[in-house]
Amino acid sequence: MSQSLLGQGGVEIEDPRHSPEVQIEVNQLTKLFRQGERAAVNGISFTLHKGDILALLGPSGCGKTTTLRMIAGFEQPDSGQILLQGQDVTRLSPQARKIGFVFQDYALFPHMTIAQNVAFAMRHLAKRERPAKTRYWLELMGLQGLENRYPNELSGGQQQRVALARTLAAEPDLVLLDEPFSNLDASLRETTRNEMRALFKRSGTTVILVTHDQAEALTFADQVGVMNAGRLEQLDTPQHVYQYPSNAFVARFLGHTNLLYGDADNGLVKTALGDLQIEPGVVGQVRLSLRPEDLHLSPAPTCDAAARVISREFRGHDYFYTLEQDGVQYCVIAPSHHCFDVGSWVNINVLRGGSVLPH
Amino acid sequence: MSHPDAQISSTGPLLLRKRPPIFLLVPAIFVAVCMFIPLVYLFVRAGQAQPDQLLELVFRPRNLELLWNTLLLTAGVLMICSFLAFPLAWLVTRTTIAAKGWLTVLAVVPLAVPGYVMAYALLGIGGNLGVLSQLFGIRIANISGYWGAVWALSLYTFPYLFLNLRAALMGLDTSLEESAQSLGYSRWEVLLKVILPHLLPAILAGYLVVGLYVLGDFGAVALMRYEAFSYAIFTQYSGAFDRIYAAWLSIMLLALAGMFLLMEAYVLKRKRLASVGSGVGRAVSPKPLGAWQPLAWLYVAFVFMASIGMPVAMLGYWLFLAPPDISVFWQVPVTFMHSALAAMPAALLAVVLALPLCFLSVRYPSSVTRLLERSAYIGYALPPLTLGLAMVFFALQTAFFFYQTLGLLIIAWTIATLALAMGPIRSALLQMRPSTEEAAYALGYTPAATFWHVVFPRLRRAVLAALALVFLFCMKELPITFLLAPTGYSTLAVTVFSRTTEGLMAEAAPFAAAIVLFSGLSVGMVLNREAQKGAR
Repeated sequence: MSQSLLGQGGVEIEDPRHSPEVQIEVNQLTKLFRQGERAAVNGISFTLHKGDILALLGPSGCGKTTTLRMIAGFEQPDSGQILLQGQDVTRLSPQARKIGFVFQDYALFPHMTIAQNVAFAMRHLAKRERPAKTRYWLELMGLQGLENRYPNELSGGQQQRVALARTLAAEPDLVLLDEPFSNLDASLRETTRNEMRALFKRSGTTVILVTHDQAEALTFADQVGVMNAGRLEQLDTPQHVYQYPSNAFVARFLGHTNLLYGDADNGLVKTALGDLQIEPGVVGQVRLSLRPEDLHLSPAPTCDAAARVISREFRGHDYFYTLEQDGVQYCVIAPSHHCFDVGSWVNINVLRGGSVLPH
Repeated sequence: MSHPDAQISSTGPLLLRKRPPIFLLVPAIFVAVCMFIPLVYLFVRAGQAQPDQLLELVFRPRNLELLWNTLLLTAGVLMICSFLAFPLAWLVTRTTIAAKGWLTVLAVVPLAVPGYVMAYALLGIGGNLGVLSQLFGIRIANISGYWGAVWALSLYTFPYLFLNLRAALMGLDTSLEESAQSLGYSRWEVLLKVILPHLLPAILAGYLVVGLYVLGDFGAVALMRYEAFSYAIFTQYSGAFDRIYAAWLSIMLLALAGMFLLMEAYVLKRKRLASVGSGVGRAVSPKPLGAWQPLAWLYVAFVFMASIGMPVAMLGYWLFLAPPDISVFWQVPVTFMHSALAAMPAALLAVVLALPLCFLSVRYPSSVTRLLERSAYIGYALPPLTLGLAMVFFALQTAFFFYQTLGLLIIAWTIATLALAMGPIRSALLQMRPSTEEAAYALGYTPAATFWHVVFPRLRRAVLAALALVFLFCMKELPITFLLAPTGYSTLAVTVFSRTTEGLMAEAAPFAAAIVLFSGLSVGMVLNREAQKGAR
């Protein structure tokens, strides 16, 4: 992000793509489930602007769902603060927060029809306005004709849309999604994800999503927060988090990576794969993360080749190779139009400079 | 950016635990207090003994004799129950015997015959005026005393053991047996070393239920005139009017029931590994009976002739072959209404009180709510005679205006059946995902509104089941009714009991038949629940 130009002493200028209004601000949120144990959520802070989508990404047990439930008010934080549009809601009960929550299991009321489920959310509207508004939301979700069905008579994708319709019908200031796509099968997941993202963007809804699927986080969100063991390791745009992970955990969690060591000097690092360019100013021993698609393989005669193919995995549009060079293993993703046999000799070329990880 | 509030608002996690709403907590605490009333008054009454009298009461040789008799009765009933239930459960789960569904239904039907009706039927067989002598001229001694009590109790309690065994046998992981067989163990060794240890929790649970029934039963033991604790308490209370001694005997009975519970918990704790796992591999392929077929059917015929055929035949004899005066039949509807009018409010009260207790313990689990929930089992675990007696003490000591009123009976029944009502409600709540309630909170509904709109509508079936269970229990309940019903307020159970003690077998028959027919409904419910379990 760009720094202040007018010398106003550390004031940050907002990214012009975002509207300046802050929707939610979380400060040092901490939750201990049992005294003396490691905190489930440990000092998490972030700010989200109106209309933005944030994905909290992490392995199971990292505290991402607990964070979401604290924001919704289902769990009480042990310390820290949640500000919704500048107002402190940390001690408010869930029903007073105006935060929508879409549950992993959708939590539709099984004794109510689809229309009743959605109308149940419209406490703020007069009774006579509710039927028309219910129709509006169901049509928006492509659920017309299903008004009088019960939740158990719908498919998983339909249930998911009803859950979303019910949440949006309450016109919340913020929508929280807890692994919303995990109960859908793979073919349905991608289309639903795209539809929902388009819908949120159209209506300018602020969304926080919790997921353990890195592809989902990278495609769905404007901001990705990677969590590990109760801490927020990195929070940035998907591109930045992927390309410049702040540490080895983030690098590994967002996909395969090669970790290299080398001596840096004057913007160059000497590594086993040759001299690589990095940002200037770093000196001494460094650790680099190199994505497998940033490496290129070229065939070479046995005498001057450096690496040998150990295994090969065909993945449709590309190959995933494991190679060995001087006793160290590397992974490389290469397009499927050329194929190297297991045992053959190749050279590894680096296409792009790596990102330096802190020690 | 630092927020000063963030520091102030941070407090220890203990204070921030989700606090249950007051509209649940108040009734739950009220219930827990009520549960302790009988216990407190029992000990208060027992404590009124003089110090020198106390030693004499507690160390009276008769107490040892009663203890021995009670233990002997329990052992006998468990033995006969095992004989009735084990082979039957094995036959319907592990062999190719025909009509398994019907055999299972028939094995549950005896639950419809209360112990005192079973005793009534057994008493009518022998003796000079008995059916055998009247119809066939066969003279046998009157069936009473120890063996009379053992058979009367066994014939109606063995279904509890059967149901436990059947469920355990069906849930047994067959891969365990198969791996033992592949290791070279014979079928007999597999039974002893693999199957029986895995059935142990089910056997003990069944034995515990039967054992507690034996301790708590009063009707069968009293009619058979067998000197167990419950019969002694009854004679002390009604004949000798020595209420302090009756209180002490009740405490001893309570201690014995507590010992049974502890013993089961102790054995199961040490045998943790033997508990049945959830992994159900495949259904066992049932073995053909082969040459055992005739013997198996002979055994099945004996079980059902004794447990169903005998009471039905006896009731049939007194109703149709040697019927009482027609005016006796006219008393049945009135007596039935007496029973129902007291049982209905008790059922309602038990369910209304069970709702907050269950919701609290399922949705706000903590040591406090667990304690509140557990307290509801006091009333269920107390031997009914002890509970009835304690309520008499309570009324005489503290609430005399309550003595000899229907209200006292209804409250005592509620205390006794609250745990029964909690069963279906609790399991329905456990099946309900908490996320639906949280969804309602997120939409802005208060806890009370959420309970009303989201929880309660889905509990309807469970509430109906709980109502029916309590209602049916009260309809055939004897000891509490006997002690607490207002003078002259004759219910079905009390009528059968008092007429049988006077030897008026024919005059008791229509009332006993009404109870058996009505209890058939409760058996239907048990079967329905079993079917649901099977379908799951």
